[in-house]
Formats: sequence, C-alpha cells, structure tokens
Amino acid sequence: MTRFIDLTLNGISTGAVYAAVALALVLIWRATRIVNFAQGGMLMITTFIASSVINTSGSYWLGFVVALASGLVLGAIVERLLIRKVEGGPPLNAVIVALGLLVLLQASAGMIWGNTPRSFPPAFSIRGYDVGGTRVLFSPNDTFIVLVVIGVAVGLAALFRGTAIGLKLRAAAFQPEVARLLGVRVGRMFTLGWALAALVGSLAGLLVAPAVFVGPNQFDPILIFGFTAAVLGGLDSPVGAVVGGIALGLVLSYVSGYEGASLVTLAALVVLLAVLMIRPGGLFSSTRERRV
Amino acid sequence: MNAALRVLRKPYGTLARSLALVVLAAVILFLVSEALGAYDDLQLANGAYYFVVLAGLTVLTGLSGQISLGHGALMAVGAYTVALLIGNEHWPLVPALLAATGIAALVGTAVGAAATRLRGPYLAGATLAFAIGLPALADKYTGTFGGENGLSINPPTPPSALGASFPLERWEAWIACVGALFVLFAMNNLKSSGTGRAFRAVRDDEIAASLCGLRVGRVQTLAFVLSAACAGLGGGLLAVVLQLAAPGAFQLGLSLSLLTAIVLGGLGSLTGAIWGAAVLVLLPSWTNDLAHSFSLPGNVTANLPLAIYGLVLIGAMIAWPSGIQGAVRAVALRLPARRASGGS
Repeated sequence: MTRFIDLTLNGISTGAVYAAVALALVLIWRATRIVNFAQGGMLMITTFIASSVINTSGSYWLGFVVALASGLVLGAIVERLLIRKVEGGPPLNAVIVALGLLVLLQASAGMIWGNTPRSFPPAFSIRGYDVGGTRVLFSPNDTFIVLVVIGVAVGLAALFRGTAIGLKLRAAAFQPEVARLLGVRVGRMFTLGWALAALVGSLAGLLVAPAVFVGPNQFDPILIFGFTAAVLGGLDSPVGAVVGGIALGLVLSYVSGYEGASLVTLAALVVLLAVLMIRPGGLFSSTRERRV
Repeated sequence: MNAALRVLRKPYGTLARSLALVVLAAVILFLVSEALGAYDDLQLANGAYYFVVLAGLTVLTGLSGQISLGHGALMAVGAYTVALLIGNEHWPLVPALLAATGIAALVGTAVGAAATRLRGPYLAGATLAFAIGLPALADKYTGTFGGENGLSINPPTPPSALGASFPLERWEAWIACVGALFVLFAMNNLKSSGTGRAFRAVRDDEIAASLCGLRVGRVQTLAFVLSAACAGLGGGLLAVVLQLAAPGAFQLGLSLSLLTAIVLGGLGSLTGAIWGAAVLVLLPSWTNDLAHSFSLPGNVTANLPLAIYGLVLIGAMIAWPSGIQGAVRAVALRLPARRASGGS
C-alpha cells in the first residue's frame, strides 16, 4: 500500500512536469497550428542559462527569473525570425523547421556547455516528508512543482478568459482574418503566444532539471511525453493538457514501479492508442472531428 | 540513351515507361558501382535502402496525406525479421527479405487501421509513440532480440561467378540497388494507377472522395500498408548491409530524419525521395569531414555536423518550400523560357 501511495505521489509530480510541457505545446498549437518540436530544445537552452547564472551568482532564484525571462525572449525571437516565414505554408514545413531548430539548439548547447550532463539544484529540499515515521516519496520540492504547474494553468485560464489581451489572443488564433479586420494585431498576438508558451516551457525545464540533469539531450523524453500528454488531452484544450499530463505521469509511474522501467514507452503507446481509438481528437476535444 | 528518353516521355503506357526508367537507372547504378571504391559502394548501399523506405513514406505522406513519425520502428521490424530468419533459421537472402516486407506490411495494417481515425498531429503523436514504444520490446525479450547489442548476421557472399576478388561492399550495393529498383518500378506504376489517384483524391478532399465511392478508411490503410512494406524491405536491406539489427539504429531520431528527408527532397515525388536519400547519406559524412578539417575545440568539432544539419533544414525549408525537387523543377522551367526570349 505504501508503494502504491509512493508511486501515485511520484506520478503526480512527474505528471505535473509533462502537463507544463503539454501546456506550452497547446498554447502554440492554438496560436499558430504548429506542433513545436523545438520546445524541448528551447527549454534546454533556458535551463542551461539558469544553470550558468546559478553557478556564477550563487542565487537559485536569480537563475530562475533569468531563465523565465530568456524563455519569453527566445519564444518571441523564434516566432518572429523563423516561424513567421513558414506560417500559412504547408504544415509539414513548419514541423521540419521546428525539428531543424531543435537540432541546431542541441548542437549549440553542446558547443557552449559540452555534452556531459551536469547537475541542477532543486528549489526546495528533495527529502521526502515524514508521515507517521515512514518517509514518503514526496518532498517539499514536489509540492513546489505541483503548485507552480497548477498556478500556471489557473493563470493562463484567467489570462485567456478574463482579460482583453486574452480575448485578442483567442480571436487571432481562431479567426485571424476576422480578428485582423476588427483591429487586432494578429502577428503580435502570434509572437506573444509563442513567448508565453516558451515561458511555460522554460518553467517546466527548471522544474524537471534536478531530476534529469542538464544536457543537450536530457530533455528529449520530457518533450516526447509532454507531446503525448497534449495529444492525450486534446491539442486545443489547456485543461486537457493538465489532465493528460497528470494521467500519463500516473500510468507511467505505476508501470515503471510494478513492471519495470523498460516498458514505460510501450505503456505510453498503449494508453495513447486506447484513448485515441475512442476519442480521435483527445480526451477534451470540443470540435467535431470531421471537417466539412 | 535518346531512344530511352523518348520512351520515357511518350505515352507508351505507364508500365513501359516504368520499365524503361528502371532499366536506365539499373545501367547507371551498375556503372557507378563499378567506378566507386569500397567505402563509396557502401554509401551507395546505404542510400539505396534509405530510398526504399523514403519512396514508401513519400507515397504515404505526399500522395495520401498521412504523416508518420513511426517508420523507423517499421524498419526495425524488417531488420529484426531478416536477422532472425538468416541468423537463426538460415533462410536464403531473397525469401528473408520478402518475409521482412510481408511482416512489416502486417504490422503496418494494424497501425494503418488505427491511423485512419486520426488526423494531423494526433496521427503524428500516435506514430511517435509507436516509434519509441516498439524498440522497448527488444529490451523486454532479450533472449529473442539480443537486447542492446542486437542480432548480428554473417555478411552475404558474392556468387563465385563474379570472381574471388569481387568486393563485398559492391555486392551489398548491388543487393540494395536491386531492392531500390524494384520499389522504384512498383511506386512509379502505383503513382499513375487508379490506386494512386484514389490516394490523391482522399488526400485532397475526403468527403468528395467518399462521394465518388471511395472507401476512405480502406484507401488510407492501403497507403499505410504499402509504405510499411517498403519500410520493412528497407530495414531488411539495412540489416543485410550493416550485418546487424540493433535497437540503437532505430531510435526516434531515425523516424524524424526519414520525415525530414522526404520533405527536404520534395514531398510526393520519387525523385524527391532520391534527393532525400542522398542527403541522409552524404550530408553527415561531408559535414563530419568539414568539421574535422578545421582545428576547433573538441566540443565544437563534435557538434558542428549537427549544427549544420539543423541550419540546412531551416534554411532549405524557408528558401525552397517545396523541397529540393521543387527548386530543381522551378529552375528547369525557367531555363527554356530564358532561351526563347534570348532568341527572339
């Protein structure tokens, strides 16, 4: 029973990270209809920047803030310089540009910081809480991770539903032509969408880095499972991204705990296929699948 | 040569044109393989099995409009089939390759049937999960699949009629090229057949296609099965050429580079698949040589080829949205026009 509770808690905290990456992917999908495979590379770069800042200044929170700010800037630059050129073209071309950017970012990080993964400090203690004399697999840092991801999800919902800029973002995403006629600067909204997504992505990188270490390829599984979580929940739904992330985290934690870590990827395949066979547009798809 | 080109251009029927194309390609490949050294023959063999996979993938994505990030795993199915049949059961080469094609097609039937309900990124997600999920089986059943080390097989022996000193690499290149020519013939026919038209109709408008009496799901599954068969054959040829089937060769990176190769080459065209295969084989070795020709710090030298690859992908997609073949076609269209205006 304690093992089950441990695996559940562990699943929730890893699932929260998948949820954050999924949120970043969903934001970009909603804004520009592009699956941003470069997200893994972008959050890798910002986490490396945080690592360098922490090492030189000695302050975790300074590195944290610098990473978020650089994520915001990086997202805006990528959209403005690269993605703008392939938006509205064949959808696969944007995917290939994103993949090319992922490779380029990974190679650049390897050139600057080397290919050997390095450790990354957690925000809070990673010693599990003592509950009635036994130590559970959930630490103050895990609490921090879950709270931050919940906070981001609620914050994004408030931004999209409750503010004028959120309304413009949604209008630009769903009806760019009409939004442009109504005076929304659609291009700026796309840039803002990418910047926000990269901010959320860089947050995910900071949260998961203590567990996976920082290296050019260390975040690849996070991107893959984040994408799986986004597809699971439905790429149009931020709620789906969070639910999909937590659900995937739980399933993978149980499978890895009871059946062995080598089956984790196979379990992700089974879960994804099972859900997509019943709901081809993900758990929280609202639009009908057939286009007319 | 001129007669062959005339056959290619005139409407003698698709079959005759495909045959002429294959004969022409066979002659060129034969002469090229004779002229190349051992290393370049091996590169030719690598390019040939990549072409086999890319030709199938470009039909799937370019013609029928479905995306797959899982063809690396289908290649693994073919490679492991060949390794098991040749290594353990001592099957001859050709039946083993046919079995690899068939088994990959079977797996492709299952994936393709599931895929017909999925569109765009959802299909990408499902096939991506397939690409990372399937190699886990090699780890789970270490006894059968050899775990991380994989299965190695003996190199194919060139027939004694070719002489004792016939290089192994050239023989491997010939095997792979015969597979490539076979696929070139089949896919070139398919493109202009009724099936090919059905693929295009489904890609362009599913509802219109189903109103015309096409069973959309079946057409899409068929496209997936055909491309899976190609991937299986390509994977089988890979196992023969490298004499190894190991999980390290079939990581997600392989599936992604297959997709990038068909888009970079030019989606939906078999010539584009040739460009894509050439990029997959030549770019890594060129960039490696380039990186080592400067005396740069170790980190930079190790990562420079990857960086160039990334830059090429981004630059090519922005400069040539319809791939290398699209760019070549645009140049070819402009040439006669310039000549005509110069003459008048």
